[in-house]
Amino acid sequence: MKHLLSLFSIVILTYSSCAQPHSTKVLAESTASVNYTTEVVVSGLNTPWGMVFLPDGSMLITEKTGEFYRVVNGEKTVIEGMPEIYVRGQGGLMDLELHPKYNENGWIYISFASPEGEGEGGNTAIMRAKLEGNTLVEQQLLYKASPNSTKGVHFGSRIEFDNDGYLFFSIGERGNRDVNPQDITRDCGKIYRLYDDGRIPEDNPFVNEPNAKKAIYSYGHRNPQGLVIHPETGKLWNNEHGPQGGDEINIIQKGKNYGWPVISYGINYDGTSFTELTEREGMEQPIFFWVPSIAPCGMTFVTSDLYPELKGNLLVSSLKFKYLERLIIEDNKVVKREKLLDDIGRVRNVRQGLDGYIYVGVEGKGIIKIIPQQ
Amino acid sequence: MKLLIIGFLICISIIFTITYTSTFQSDPLKESIVRGKEIYTDFCVTCHLPSGLGTENIYPPLANSDYLKNNREGSIKGIKFGQQGELVVNGKTYNNVMAPLGLSNAEIADVMNYITNSWGNKNDEMITVEEVSKLKK
Ligand code: HEC
Repeated sequence: MKHLLSLFSIVILTYSSCAQPHSTKVLAESTASVNYTTEVVVSGLNTPWGMVFLPDGSMLITEKTGEFYRVVNGEKTVIEGMPEIYVRGQGGLMDLELHPKYNENGWIYISFASPEGEGEGGNTAIMRAKLEGNTLVEQQLLYKASPNSTKGVHFGSRIEFDNDGYLFFSIGERGNRDVNPQDITRDCGKIYRLYDDGRIPEDNPFVNEPNAKKAIYSYGHRNPQGLVIHPETGKLWNNEHGPQGGDEINIIQKGKNYGWPVISYGINYDGTSFTELTEREGMEQPIFFWVPSIAPCGMTFVTSDLYPELKGNLLVSSLKFKYLERLIIEDNKVVKREKLLDDIGRVRNVRQGLDGYIYVGVEGKGIIKIIPQQ
Repeated sequence: MKLLIIGFLICISIIFTITYTSTFQSDPLKESIVRGKEIYTDFCVTCHLPSGLGTENIYPPLANSDYLKNNREGSIKGIKFGQQGELVVNGKTYNNVMAPLGLSNAEIADVMNYITNSWGNKNDEMITVEEVSKLKK
């Protein structure tokens, strides 16, 4: 009887440890079920970062090194009148997003590393502007993180609007792990929320905290570079780079602490560890984490009918392993991972176009369109 | 006798100061390596790792890299302007992208001095700011 009992408790223990909501034991497989071909639709790009699709069928693309292009039928035109950009390490000209009512107001949102303001170096800035011909006009700086830093890492910088029209963006902790992410009186290591014109919403979580940066929506982040609204629930999903191991997917909730660097599933690059903890009360758990790290950046949910097999799946770019990851998710749990476009190159971004096709930004290659095969 | 002792002491201290300053204080190569290590930790470890070993088939190694050893100019240019396309390191072909990192010429010289003098790599011929600034795309 005693034996039976201990056997039983072992089974229970094993079961409960497997049943963690964020198991990384799901491995990425080569794809069997999806048939597609690819076509390079924009070539000659080194580090394509942001990409948006305009209603007239053209595309806007940023390169990290500072070039801003409008692309019509594969032909690039340089957009003039850019602000000063601090190109260093992982920072430079980064994301693009259109106002939800772009058709009416023409606002384009741009994130970049900016040298403006206090201190040597640069930090992430968000601005909006309009296009007049091929010139960027009516530029308004909506947010600039401070102080500047000469460190080359963790600028974050993904921009996303939710269904109520709020503007969200991410700023990474700028290589200041032990100072920035857990301190809401400092910028960096945060996800922010503003009105579309840069004003701070009255019900932001920390508006009444003394000295807090009032634009903060959630904190305890490392380097979030994926932000996307779930097409059905309307909730904000993020991904962020962990150190060695411990890249995460989180569902972002107002005022919550996502734990970096107090809790983490990763270790230092030299193999030493910086925390023993993977969970703590008052800190959110990811819904999924990657060990080893895939270095995720852009991500998108597939809603298009052009890809029946992929519909509802989450696609995440992998800079490190040079593929596009397909995640099948049930009840907010990852149940299957597959590699698409295996070995295509460092995948920086993925978005669904207005035409329903999926477009992928690949370093050194350009923009690649995924064409389903019947 | 007294003079002899004083003279001896002076000689000793001169010799000591000379060796001390040359080994510890103003060795420009050593100082550059120290600064270069900081640059490396901030800008390069994510890909090439603290061990300089990189990741097989993805990020080439810097430790004992024949490319780094034999292509001093190419390596500096890669860090300065970015590097992409096929590149062979220790018999393995890589075909990936390293974006330009926006480092100053002085920082590039420092990080080059660090990587060419770490993990068993050896380079006595110091890389200088002038050398880096002369190289064009
Ligand atoms: C984003 C990842 C990444 C970062 C960061 C990075 N590299 Fe590289 N590095 C690469 C890749 C990929 C290649 C090979 C490129 C190719 O295939 O053409 C490379 C090639 C090299 C080479 C030549 C090949 C060799 O192994 O000898 C050197 C030297 C080098 N890198 C040094 C550096 C230094 C120094 C830094 C930091 C200042 C740095 N790299 C930062 C990815 C990176």
